[in-house]
Amino acid sequence: MIRLTGLVKRYGKFTAVDGVDLEVPRGELFGLLGPNGAGKTTTIRMIAGILRPTAGTVEVGGFNVQRQPLEAKHRMGYIPDRPFVYDKLTGGEFLRFAAALYGQDGPVVERRIDELLDLFELTQWKNELTESYSHGMRQKLIISGALVHRPDVIVVDEPMVGLDPKSARLLKDLFRQFVDRGGTVLMSTHTLEVAEQMCDRIAIVYRGRIAAHGTMSELREQTASGDLSLEALFLKLTGGLGDHQLDAVLEA
Amino acid sequence: MPAGERTQPALWTILTPKWRGALARLRQERSGSRARLLLVTITGLAFWSAIFGVAYRVLSYIQRVPDIGELLAGKVLAGVLLAFLTILLLSNIITALSTFFLARDLDLLVAAPVGGTRLYLAKLAETAVHSSWMVALLALPILTAYGMVFAGGPLFPLVAIAALVPYLILPAVVGTVITVLLVNVFPARRTRELLTLLGLGALAAVVLFLRFMRPEQLARPEGFQNFVDYLVALRTPTSPLFPSEWAAEMLMNWLLQVSDPMPVVRLWGAAAVALAVGVLVHRRLFRLGYSKAQEGAERKLRRRVRGPLDDLLRLLPPAKREFLLKDMRLFFRDNSQWSQLILLTVLLIIYIFNIRSLPIHSGERIPFSLVTIISFLNLGLAGFVLAAVAARFIFPGVSLEGRQMWLLRSSPLDPRAMLWSKYWIGTIPLLVLALAITVLTNWLLQVSEFMMAVSVATILLYTLAVSALALTFGVFYPQFGTENAAQIPTSFGGVVYMMASLCLLAVVIMIEAVPVTAYLRSWQRGEPAILTPELFAAGAAVVIILGAATIVPLRLGVRRIEQMEF
Repeated sequence: MIRLTGLVKRYGKFTAVDGVDLEVPRGELFGLLGPNGAGKTTTIRMIAGILRPTAGTVEVGGFNVQRQPLEAKHRMGYIPDRPFVYDKLTGGEFLRFAAALYGQDGPVVERRIDELLDLFELTQWKNELTESYSHGMRQKLIISGALVHRPDVIVVDEPMVGLDPKSARLLKDLFRQFVDRGGTVLMSTHTLEVAEQMCDRIAIVYRGRIAAHGTMSELREQTASGDLSLEALFLKLTGGLGDHQLDAVLEA
Repeated sequence: MPAGERTQPALWTILTPKWRGALARLRQERSGSRARLLLVTITGLAFWSAIFGVAYRVLSYIQRVPDIGELLAGKVLAGVLLAFLTILLLSNIITALSTFFLARDLDLLVAAPVGGTRLYLAKLAETAVHSSWMVALLALPILTAYGMVFAGGPLFPLVAIAALVPYLILPAVVGTVITVLLVNVFPARRTRELLTLLGLGALAAVVLFLRFMRPEQLARPEGFQNFVDYLVALRTPTSPLFPSEWAAEMLMNWLLQVSDPMPVVRLWGAAAVALAVGVLVHRRLFRLGYSKAQEGAERKLRRRVRGPLDDLLRLLPPAKREFLLKDMRLFFRDNSQWSQLILLTVLLIIYIFNIRSLPIHSGERIPFSLVTIISFLNLGLAGFVLAAVAARFIFPGVSLEGRQMWLLRSSPLDPRAMLWSKYWIGTIPLLVLALAITVLTNWLLQVSEFMMAVSVATILLYTLAVSALALTFGVFYPQFGTENAAQIPTSFGGVVYMMASLCLLAVVIMIEAVPVTAYLRSWQRGEPAILTPELFAAGAAVVIILGAATIVPLRLGVRRIEQMEF
């Protein structure tokens, strides 16, 4: 459903994403895991069609995002890491606008909006301007916005940021049911528990490259890590904790 | 105890992100497209040369007027500086609202151990630079003309700087004090009331400005009982309590070699006192106002945008319809945007009032050439008003999408459709406005049918071009990080757009002026009016230039927005 081939993104001399190859099939929840600045968000934004790759291709549902952007985007819902929405639109108006961008309107969309707002407990805020929403409420609104047009693929950047435990659990269940029904989710996160609990397969991204990928057991095999936890495995692949640096900071 | 507990960061340190940011933007600009840099440089030079040329000619003429030339020159300078002062005051109030209460660096600065005075001075400097750079650039060719015509000598630039610094500080301090006071009454984010007040304040300022100028009095020496009365009127300061008068006096004293220290004392003394008052007000009221500024988010909607327009829009595909509706909702719900309509109304009333007050048809015999010149000047003025309106309402279009661009770019919305939607939503009201002011003012001027037709056709084509320019310059110079929509038009890109659109206007008028005047003259003499080849050529040239100025920018804008990364 999602295929990245030789994906590269350079900003001047800095290479943020350095030749990523990846395939996420239908019905899978795939996690991109990596430290800050590893290139996860850049990769996600290239898949969503917001950034143009320096080299390589992105395909969604068999359509090339650069050459057939409209066809590819029709199948996709994108959830960014920062929930910027139009302050002067109400929650209901925002979702109606998001659906319209995908060419959808009418009573079916209205019903869908009500369902989503109900699911995320935003119904009582439907007619209020989003400038009065909390960070978590905005996050739930943009998640609803990504689902309102019934996409086949969801691309999501740090989905749990700003969500309360109940909403986080709801989102996990939602994504799980979405893939069980044949959908595809590609999410980035740096929260190890989230990746371990939710994802069918994980790729550990480090310095713009995929350091390892597979199921948890495949990752352990690849890195000869025995029964190490994901945290230990992650630290092993991404350069450890640097205890001597902690000492230096705390003793200053 | 850490050594630095009692020390505060230096003012320069607090301002580091600002000047470093400005330098980085400049470097990016330099390393960008050479064609773009060249275009900006040529447009800037053409604009400044035009202002310098006009100022130099007018001053050279005034200087030669026996007895009163120097007095008139001083009056003109005081008038120009007074006009700038009203612009500066408004601009400082609008900017101070962002820099003191809405800026994203405030949380960091307010939480840091930075004293009130230092924070105020840093934010004042930021406000003053943001609000004044455009006026300072505009004043440069005018003051250069003064220096050259009156032989100011090599030290004149230093004297001009010494006069301009306190002249710019004063409205900045007053603007910040007014803003701090207003935010303590109304929370910054609930700006409807605040900006309505600003609008009314602007109206009062403009009326006062016109009153102080009394230009009609000086233009009609015959209105005075004798020449001595006229001289007295010229010698008397029109607005003796305003820094514009002191700055003009200081500059004219240097140019005319009059040794009077009073204007210098007044200017610098007032600036020092104002700064002290500013610091005091800030210390007393800023923290409270800043806290209130966080509390003003609106929750409930006052009314919905519905009605026949909504039904009409139902004919459009959902994406286009909702995009248009979204833009309209955001405009009418954002107080910093719709309230600019108040300023626009004030501008239009004064414009039409001035046209109506012209003594062209008051019974006196006015040369035909003068009527034609005024008709063309009116065309220029209408074009200027439309360019300014487009700067206010169309130029910020793409910038305002800013942080929400992720939604548009990740959706299957065609960037071309987005740009076209923004173009037409701005252009249609502008066309209506263009038609209304051109027909009304030309009717008031009682121009011939031919001149009316020329004016209407030119202004409609110019409106299409100026909207395209505003939108495209907005795409090339976006202000995605802005906290206040009212600031976007006065950004660098906004000023370059204004210069480009005014240069275009000047070119169009220059092409039309000679053949149209020749045609009108033969019509005036009762000769059969023939559409000469020159007239056809001029018309074709104008259509081609304005057509190109519409199509080329829009194409560039689409290409740019397709390549843009967020």
